[in-house]
Order: sequence, then C-alpha cells, then structure tokens
Amino acid sequence: MIAVLALVAGIALGIVFEPSVPAALQPYLPIAVVAALDAVFGGIRARLDGIFDDKQFVVSFISNVLVAALIVYLGDQLGVGGQLSTGVVVVLGVRIFGNVAAIRRHLFRA
Amino acid sequence: MTEHPHRDTGLGWPDLPPPSPPPAERADAAPESSTDEKDVAAPTARSAEGAGRRKVSLAGAAIGLLLGLLGFALVVQLRSNTTDPELAAARPEDLVRILSDLEAREERLRTEINELEASQRDLASGASGRQAALEEARRRADELGILAGTLPAEGTGLVVRFEPGGKPIQAEAILDAVQELRGAGAEAMQIAGVSGAPVRIVASTAFVDVDGGLLVEGQQLTAPYRITVIGDPQTMRTALNIPGGVVESVSQDGGTVIVDEPGTVEVDALHQQQPLRYAQPAS
Repeated sequence: MIAVLALVAGIALGIVFEPSVPAALQPYLPIAVVAALDAVFGGIRARLDGIFDDKQFVVSFISNVLVAALIVYLGDQLGVGGQLSTGVVVVLGVRIFGNVAAIRRHLFRA
Repeated sequence: MTEHPHRDTGLGWPDLPPPSPPPAERADAAPESSTDEKDVAAPTARSAEGAGRRKVSLAGAAIGLLLGLLGFALVVQLRSNTTDPELAAARPEDLVRILSDLEAREERLRTEINELEASQRDLASGASGRQAALEEARRRADELGILAGTLPAEGTGLVVRFEPGGKPIQAEAILDAVQELRGAGAEAMQIAGVSGAPVRIVASTAFVDVDGGLLVEGQQLTAPYRITVIGDPQTMRTALNIPGGVVESVSQDGGTVIVDEPGTVEVDALHQQQPLRYAQPAS
C-alpha cells in the first residue's frame, strides 16, 4: 500500500515539477527506469508467491539500477553504448515478460 | 503476513547491529508516527506492536522511497522523451526537407552577412575617401593660395636684380621679365625695391612708371629692383638670357640684369585679395 502510494506520489511530483533531465544522466535514466521496473515486477511476483522479502527487494532494486547504469556507462566508454543499452533493454524486457507471465498465472490462474 | 520474515532477518539490514537502529529509526519514522498517534495512543499496545510497526515502516519507507524515485524518474523520462516528438517521429524525407530548409536559411543568413560586411567596408572606405578628398582639397587650396599670392611660398628659384645704368629701368622691362619668367614656368614671384615693402606679383599686378621709380600695386619702389621667383632655375635663366630677351634689352638701355641662383628662395609677400563682387563660381 505504501509502495503504491509512493509510486503515485513520485509520479505526481514528476508531473508537478517537470524537471528536465541533466545531460550527464540522459543516457542512463531510461535504462535505470527499465531496470527498476524489472525489479518492481519481480517484487510483485515474489509477493504473490509469498516469498517477498523487503531486504531482497531493496537490494535487487538498487543493484539492478546500478548495474544497468554501469553497463551503459561501460558501453559508452567502449563506443558501443547504443548496442549495449539495447542488449540491456532486451534482457530486462525478457525478464519483465517472464515476471508478468507469472503474475498473470497467479491472478487469473491461466 | 510479512512480519514473520521480518523477525527472522531483524531489520532487513544485516550490517546494522540490532540495538543501534531504534533511535535512528524513531527519528526517521517520527513524522509518520506523529500522524498515526491516535492509533497507537493506547499505552498497552505501544510496547508490543510499536516495534513491529516501526520495522515495517522502515522497510516500507525504503521501498516507498525507491518506488517514488521510480515513478518520478519514469515521468521525467517520459516527459523528456516527448519534449521534441516532432523530429524523433519524423520520417526520413521530412528530416531531409527540414535539413535542407535549415541549410537554405543558413545560406541566406550567410549571404546577408556578406552583404552587411561589404556595406561596412564601403562605409569605412567612404570615410577614408572623404579623408582623401579633404586632403586633396586642402592641397589644392594651398596651391591656389600660392598662385593667387595669398600664401607665402618657398622653393628653388632665382633672384633677378635690375640695376639701372644711365636711364631708369622701364616698367615695360620689368613686365617683359615677369612675362618671360611666367612663360618659363614661374610659380610665385615678388618684386622689391630699395625702398618700400616687397610686392607679390600676381595675375592682376600692374607696373606703372612714375618719377624716380616704379608703382606696383599702389606701392612705390625705387631702383635697383629685385625679383624673387620660384620655379625651375635652369629654364628661367635660359628664358631671361635668350637673344633679344630681357637681359639684352636692359643692357642695351645701359642697365644690368644679374641673375642669382641661391638655391632655395622665399616668396613671403602676400597679395591682398579683394572679395569678388560679381563673379560667381559657375559650377
């Protein structure tokens, strides 16, 4: 419940303040958002499986975001930033799909 | 439901020793608990449930913070992605068109810059041209002043002395000499006698014979006369010495003409220019 409220509050803050993304963060923010979404869907799935763990969620969330940003940074330094961020997005997308499938099975028994 | 795993893992932060967190926790959770004060107002429930609730609120706060950040970042990212949707969504042909538009505009602006720079150059050279014209006009005014006798002049030239013999020097002889010198390219002349100030010889200068001397421009001069002339010394000397010329005719009358060439001579007598009353510049 707190989580949903916080999400809504964050969205509201983003809408109200309309900040612009600093140029230094521009390549990392989308990847970080996708990684965080992956962690969130993983958390929802674990919650439905009854194995949700706060610590694990927090750690996985933060590490997901950091690792995704790190990979993009590394790719930028190596000159393959675009391809590598595509790869990261693909991997995270596959995981999100898997998690959503599990959630769906839980909710609809199908 | 989630309270059981909590008790097992403590606070969810393995690094923190169990006793230390509560004060920090309380400080963190203070605003939250103050809003919930009425719930926990019962003193009996406080000791038992307070700890569990606070543990939940710490983990919940961490998750909430992260999810809040996520929501914030999500919206920010969506916004920043939609700020310039036109170009991102445009088809390649449109992009090419926009690019060529921009290039044409750049070309136009470049042409305008060139034109403005050219006109700036024109104006600058106009200013210098005006300066040059002014210099030229000044130079011309100086020349005309010398020719008209209103400015002193100096330069190479001759000093011609007329010394009378038995007969006085005729005004005619002086006039002959002056015209001969003019014909030889004299540029400025003045005539001086023993008495009286020197007189500038200009186009309108007249020489009139009077008793005991010569009347030039209202000034009476007495012999011997001295004409100071600026011009090419060689040519003027030749002009004075031609057979049947000034020197010969004066010496036939018994007089003497002595032509000196001192190098640089000075013509410093000035002609008083009368203002023109009738003649106006025609152009």
